[in-house]
Amino acid sequence: MPSLGADMEAGTLQEWLVAPGDTVTRGDVIAVVETDKSAVEVECFESGTVGRLLVAPGTRVPVGAPLALIEAAGRETAARDRAAAPVEQPAAPRPRKAGQEAAPVPQPPVVHAEAGPLVRHLADERGVDLTAVHGSGPGGRITRADVEGTAHEGGRRPRATPYARRLAAELRVDLGTVRGTGRDGAVRGTDVRKAAHLRAGPAPAAAETAAPSAPARAPLPVPGRAGAAEPAAAAMRRAIGDLMSRANREIPHYYLATTIDMSAALAWLRARNRELPVGERMLPAALLLKAVATAAVEVPGLNGFWQDGGFVPGRGVHLGFVVSLRNGGLAAPVVRDADSLAPARLMTRLKDLVERARRGRLRGTEITGGTLTVSSLGDQGVEAVYGVIYPPQVALVGFGAVLERPWADHGMIGVRPVVTATLSADHRASDGAVGARFLNAVDRLLQKPENL
Amino acid sequence: MATATTTYREALREALREALSADDRVFLMGEDVGKYGGSFGVSLGLVEEFGPERVRDTPLSESAFVGTGIGAAIAGMRPVVEVMTVNFSLLALDQILNNAATLRHMSGGQLSVPVVIRMTTGAGRQLAAQHSHSLEGWYAHIPGIRVLAPATLEDARGMLAPALADPDPVVIFEHGSLYNVSGELAPVEGPLDVASAAVRRSGDDVTLLTYGGSLPKVLSAADLLAGEGISAEVVDLRSLRPLDDATIMASVARTHRAVVVDEGWRTGSLAAEVSARITEQAFYELDAPVGRVCSAEVPIPYARHLEEAALPQAEGVAAAAREAVGHRG
Repeated sequence: MPSLGADMEAGTLQEWLVAPGDTVTRGDVIAVVETDKSAVEVECFESGTVGRLLVAPGTRVPVGAPLALIEAAGRETAARDRAAAPVEQPAAPRPRKAGQEAAPVPQPPVVHAEAGPLVRHLADERGVDLTAVHGSGPGGRITRADVEGTAHEGGRRPRATPYARRLAAELRVDLGTVRGTGRDGAVRGTDVRKAAHLRAGPAPAAAETAAPSAPARAPLPVPGRAGAAEPAAAAMRRAIGDLMSRANREIPHYYLATTIDMSAALAWLRARNRELPVGERMLPAALLLKAVATAAVEVPGLNGFWQDGGFVPGRGVHLGFVVSLRNGGLAAPVVRDADSLAPARLMTRLKDLVERARRGRLRGTEITGGTLTVSSLGDQGVEAVYGVIYPPQVALVGFGAVLERPWADHGMIGVRPVVTATLSADHRASDGAVGARFLNAVDRLLQKPENL
Repeated sequence: MATATTTYREALREALREALSADDRVFLMGEDVGKYGGSFGVSLGLVEEFGPERVRDTPLSESAFVGTGIGAAIAGMRPVVEVMTVNFSLLALDQILNNAATLRHMSGGQLSVPVVIRMTTGAGRQLAAQHSHSLEGWYAHIPGIRVLAPATLEDARGMLAPALADPDPVVIFEHGSLYNVSGELAPVEGPLDVASAAVRRSGDDVTLLTYGGSLPKVLSAADLLAGEGISAEVVDLRSLRPLDDATIMASVARTHRAVVVDEGWRTGSLAAEVSARITEQAFYELDAPVGRVCSAEVPIPYARHLEEAALPQAEGVAAAAREAVGHRG
């Protein structure tokens, strides 16, 4: 299980995209993992043949636990987990790892991906959990008959009215344990209330009531009752809350701000955009990011991590860019080596990342490894952003909206487009003078956009 | 002032009399509204009182006289046009849909069409398929007009004034079975709110939503249900366009069950619209599928027993409510 974020402790394997015997090469997407924040595609860090899948879909395992064995090409024995080795992998104790290998696999793993679209559709329709279906087709493939069989066995989603479902969630009643009195045994609001009443205990008793009658199907660990009851949005809220609380608790922030004249940058951008096809036109964000990346090379004290009581400079400038998601919450995809990308390339990269972030389709390597983060709330119309640093990074750069403002220059007042750039920095790693040099560099670079 | 016993018909007439007295720009026109006193007797005596200039008999051409009303409204008058039945209004639908409802939009806001069109709707009087249909839902489909359905004496008396005050076209549906309904009418107190639905009877177990001529039947159904221990809330939609979603959803959120009663045909009906809105806006409140009681999908029959069988009746409404409430646990 790769670490897909500095705060990540465990992840739930959602889906395997490969099966034993498949040949994989480094960089292939092999599985989908759900973190508290989003579903992330996990890439393979080794080439070879997939041996055994060690973790069944739906299982939550700690960061560092092996997910599968990959047999290196030409070698049969050297089967090692190489799922990921990102920036900071907490040292998972060896003995636990061994335990993890054995624990969650009760039978030859049922591979979610081994069900065709028709079967998946049918399963959806019948409310059958595919991870709980034993495949009888060739290679353990789940067939139509398997799904139908399970549906008949009572793998069926309990029939309940929308109101009953809502009540059940509110009162923490397991619908599977409630006898329905509605038409065809549908569970209705009164049934749920009655069940909650019978329980007559405080909320924690819910799990116990549920347990005795919980059917013996569900051989695989379910992602945790609490997790299931908590909607994704709430989980993300909590994850952001944890991380930001930690940042504010541990990092002594200092803040600087400067207002930058953007007329040169915007004029250059307009001229460039006139030559470019509509799809490739650049936004000011590309120039701002590029300027930040270049400034981070010039003033290296802000680009990197605070680790084990000391500052560790980043290798390369990998800029995180905060994207607010439509359903609430944040993602911070990373533009790797932003300092070496031309603004147009950076724009393309940014567009792609933002778009996929909003669709929840970022890869693991794309949300990790950031050395410095930029938060721009310009499109929300605010003038300045005073951000909270994303640990273990040591600085966060904020940009507000580019706005027209009266501007004094050489004793004359004119109207200029300006942007407020802010810096939140970790006082353990740097002092105000470093931050000031950094913001001045950003300003200076934006005055000569053609050099960026 | 004490309440007075009156009929729905007389309440409508009183509203017309008040409007004609209060504003010189108001006039009434339609087939037989003058000398004959209106096909359903609503305007009886008004031509004698206000003269043939202001209570005008028209030729049998719905398209012509509804169009004339629209023109007069654009020119600054406040016409009340009576169409004998909603079936015949289809001849004027071009005027209503393509002119009255669109002109504010198409003139960029320069033209207002403050016309009021009254028409009789509904079955139950053995007038057969060409005089008995309920097409209110078709009108409620049209943006640009307001559609009202007075079901009570108060609404019959009170809806005309706000309709005339509306700068846009208003269509008022009077159900044929209501004209003879009599009762006590409280004195008018200020202008009537025509934007809201009204809870005609409070209850806890199921919300029965209806309007117009079906309201008395639904109230009888609620009586039947009360005898069985089922407490039904009755909501009178009153305004069919725009619909008062807030009142509907508030009631459903209390009772968790809804049955919509509509004399229109079920397919593509106003009942379908109300039901869809409930599932859109109050899905997580629903403890049973939304029920509908509508007319049988046939031309309304002439024979009394067949006509009764084709229309929503109190017993059918009660059955749908029982179905929604289900076995009571």
